[in-house]
Amino acid sequence: MVLQTIWFFLWGLLWALFFMTDGFDFGVGTLYPFLGKSDQDKRIMINSLGPLWDGNEVWLITAGGVTFAAFPTVYAVMFSSLYSALMLILFALILRGVSFEFRGKVDDPRWRKIWDICIFIGSFLPALLFGVAFANIFKGLPIDHNGIYHGTLFTLLNPYGLLGGVLFVMLFLVHGALWLAIKTQGDLHHRAASVANKLWPVLLGVVVIFLIASKFSTRLYDNYLAHPAFFMVILITVFALFGIKYFMVKETFFKAWFASALTIVGATFYGIIGLYPDMFPSTIDSQFSLTAHNASSSPLTLKIMLIVVIIFIPVVIGYQIWAYTLFKGKVTKEDLAYEEAY
Amino acid sequence: MDVVLLSRLQFAAATMFHFLFVPFTLGLSILVAYMETRYVKTGDETYLRMTKFWGKLFLINFALGVVTGITLEFQFGTNWSRYSAYVGDIFGSLLAIEATVAFSLESILLGVWIFGWRKLSKKAHAAVMWLVAFGSTLSAVWILIANAWMQHPVGFTIRDGRAELVDFAAVVFQEHAIFKFLHTVSAAYVLSAFFVMGVSAYHLLKKQNVDLFTRSFKIALGFGTIFSFIVVIVGDINGIIVAEKQPTKLAAMESLWDTTTRAPVYLFALPDEDNEKNKIEIGALPGMLSFLVHHDINAEVRGLKEFPKDERPPVLITSFAFKGMVGLGFYFILATVLGWWKRNRLVDSSTYLKLMILSIPLPYVACELGWIVAEVGRQPWIVYGLMKTSDAVSPVAASQVLTTLIAFIVVYGLLGVTGFYLIAKNALNGPEPAVN
Repeated sequence: MVLQTIWFFLWGLLWALFFMTDGFDFGVGTLYPFLGKSDQDKRIMINSLGPLWDGNEVWLITAGGVTFAAFPTVYAVMFSSLYSALMLILFALILRGVSFEFRGKVDDPRWRKIWDICIFIGSFLPALLFGVAFANIFKGLPIDHNGIYHGTLFTLLNPYGLLGGVLFVMLFLVHGALWLAIKTQGDLHHRAASVANKLWPVLLGVVVIFLIASKFSTRLYDNYLAHPAFFMVILITVFALFGIKYFMVKETFFKAWFASALTIVGATFYGIIGLYPDMFPSTIDSQFSLTAHNASSSPLTLKIMLIVVIIFIPVVIGYQIWAYTLFKGKVTKEDLAYEEAY
Repeated sequence: MDVVLLSRLQFAAATMFHFLFVPFTLGLSILVAYMETRYVKTGDETYLRMTKFWGKLFLINFALGVVTGITLEFQFGTNWSRYSAYVGDIFGSLLAIEATVAFSLESILLGVWIFGWRKLSKKAHAAVMWLVAFGSTLSAVWILIANAWMQHPVGFTIRDGRAELVDFAAVVFQEHAIFKFLHTVSAAYVLSAFFVMGVSAYHLLKKQNVDLFTRSFKIALGFGTIFSFIVVIVGDINGIIVAEKQPTKLAAMESLWDTTTRAPVYLFALPDEDNEKNKIEIGALPGMLSFLVHHDINAEVRGLKEFPKDERPPVLITSFAFKGMVGLGFYFILATVLGWWKRNRLVDSSTYLKLMILSIPLPYVACELGWIVAEVGRQPWIVYGLMKTSDAVSPVAASQVLTTLIAFIVVYGLLGVTGFYLIAKNALNGPEPAVN
C-alpha cells in the first residue's frame, strides 16, 4: 500500500531530522570536557546551544510519536525489546536537559562540576546508544512470532552494533565541532576547528568500515542491487562527507556544517532505504519481521496523520529556521553577562 | 513482585512526578505573558521585573517538566507494549499530534523567549510568551483527549485483533475529553495562582518589594478565584459523566457498596473491601449523591456489589483521594474569597499571608489526588471496559522493570529535591533590584 510506504520514509525522515539537529548538541556535549578549558569556554559552549537544543529534541518526540501513531506494533515491539538501551538514553537525556538549566544557578565550582559530568554523559551516551540501536535494527534482532525479544542489553553490543555506535559518535563529534567553529571566536574557535580537522579522517575511516561491514552483517544492499538508482544516495552522502573537508580547508565553517548535516541525513537514509520494507527485522525467521506493511496503523489513521504532518511539519521547520536565524552569530563573552545566559 | 505491579508503580512514579511540574507551566505561562503584556502597554518597569522574576521560576520548572515528559512518551512502548499495539491506532495518533502541533511550538518558542530579549521588539517578545502558553495548553488538550479515551473509549471498532479508529471527531470531541480538559487546566491555574500568591505573601510579610508583590498577588488572586470556582463546578459535571460512563469508579469514589435510591454522601467512610461494606460511616447526607449525579434526591445510584469483584477498583485509595481532592477544592474557594476581603490591606494581614504561604503545597496535593482518582479509579481497566491493565504490560523481565523503577525513584528523587531547592531559593531571593 502506498500510504504505508510514504509513512515508512516519513518515519525515516523524522529520525534523520532528529539526528541532524540534536546531533550537534550531542557532539558539543561530548566535546565539552575536552574543549572547555575554562569556565568561560564551557559557558560559551553551552550557550551556543542555549536557545536551540530543546527545539532540536522535539524531533525525538515527533519521531517517537509518529512511530506510535503510524506503526504501533513497531513502537510496541521495538521499544520493549530495546528496553534497557532506551531507558539509558532517556535517563541520559534527562540529565543533559536539567544540567543546562541548573549549572549556572548556584555559584559553586563543585556544583558546576556535577552538572559538567552530567552534560558529558547526557550527550555521549545517547549518541553512542542511538547508533548501537539503529545498527542492530539494520542487522536484525532475535524476535519471535509474538514480537518477544530473546536477548538482553548485551545482545546489542555485538561488533556491528558497536561499530554503529562509533559511527554515530564520530558523525556527531564532527557536527558539533563544526557548530562550535561557527559559534565561537578566538582560541576556542581554533581548537574546535582543529578538532574537526583531526576527527574528519577518522570519520571517513569509520564510514568506509561501516559500509563494508554492512555487506557482511546486514541485507541492506539487497534493495540497492535490485534498484541501482538508489546508489545515488550513498554517492551523495560520500560527496557530502568530502564536502565537509573541502569547506573546512577553506574555513567556511557554516558550509562545512551544512555538508555535515547532509552527511547525517544521507547516512540515515542509507540505512532506511536498505531496510525497506522491514522496520524491525527478525533474525530468528524473516517471517517474524515487522514491516511497513504488517505493522502499520489503519488506513484512516495513516490518512489523518498524513494530513497533520503535511501541514504542521513544514510549519515547525519554518519557525525553527526562524529561531536559528534569530540566534545566528557568535556567542561572545558579553553574551554571558546577561542574566538569562546559562 | 510481578511485572504488572512493578510497571504500574513505575508509571505512577513517572507520571505523578511529571505532574508536579506540568500545572505550574500551564498556569504560570499565562500569568507571565500577562505581566509582560502589562509592561509593554504601560512601560512600567515594575512589570518587567515581575516578568523576569516569575519567568525565572517558570524556566526551572519547565526544564523539569520537559525532561520528565519525554520518558513518558516512550514508556507506553517500553512497559505497556501490548496496550500500545492494541490501541496505538487511536492513542498513538493523539500523542503524535500533541508532539507535532503543540509541544514543538512550546519548546522552540520558549528558547526564543529566554534568549530573545534583545533580538525581538517588546511586543514580539511578549507575543512569543503568549504562543508558549498557547502551545502548552494545546499540549494539554491532546494529552487529555488521549486520557479521556482510556476512560471512555469511543469512535473505534475491533478489527484484526486490535482497536482501530473509525470516527476521529468522536474521539476528539467527546464530552469526557472536554470536561477533563476544563477540570485539569482549571486545577493547573489554581495551582499556579496559589504559588504566586504564596511566594508574594512571603515577601509581603517581610515587607520587601511591596509594590511588585502586591500587584503579583492581586493578579494571581483574580486568576485563582475564577478558576477555584470553575474547577469545582466542572468537577461536579465530571461526577455526572463518571456516574454514567464509569459506574464502578463513582461507586468507589463514594465507597457505595449497595445499589440504593436516595444514595448518601458520607463526610467520612472507611471501606472494608474484604467484607464489602464500610467499617465506619460518619456524617451521612441522605440523597446527596443521588442529587449530585442525577439531580434528583430519590434517584438510584449503582453500588460496587453490582459489579464482579474483579472489575472493581481499589476502594480505599480511590475514595480517600477523592474526598481529599474535594475538600481541598472547597478550601481553595474559601482562601481566595478571603483574599478579596483582604486585598487592599494585604501587608497588614499577616495571619492571612502566613496561611497563603502554607497553602502553596495544597494544590499540588489536590492535583495528584485528582489523578489518583482518575487512574486508580479506572482499574482494573487500562481502557475502561475494553482492556485490562494486566493484559497490557510488556513481555519484559520483572528484574528489568525493578531496576528501572529504582533508577526512576533515585534519579527523580534527586531531581525533585534539586529542582524545588532551586525554585525555592530563587523565589525567596526575590527579584533583581530596580535599575533606577
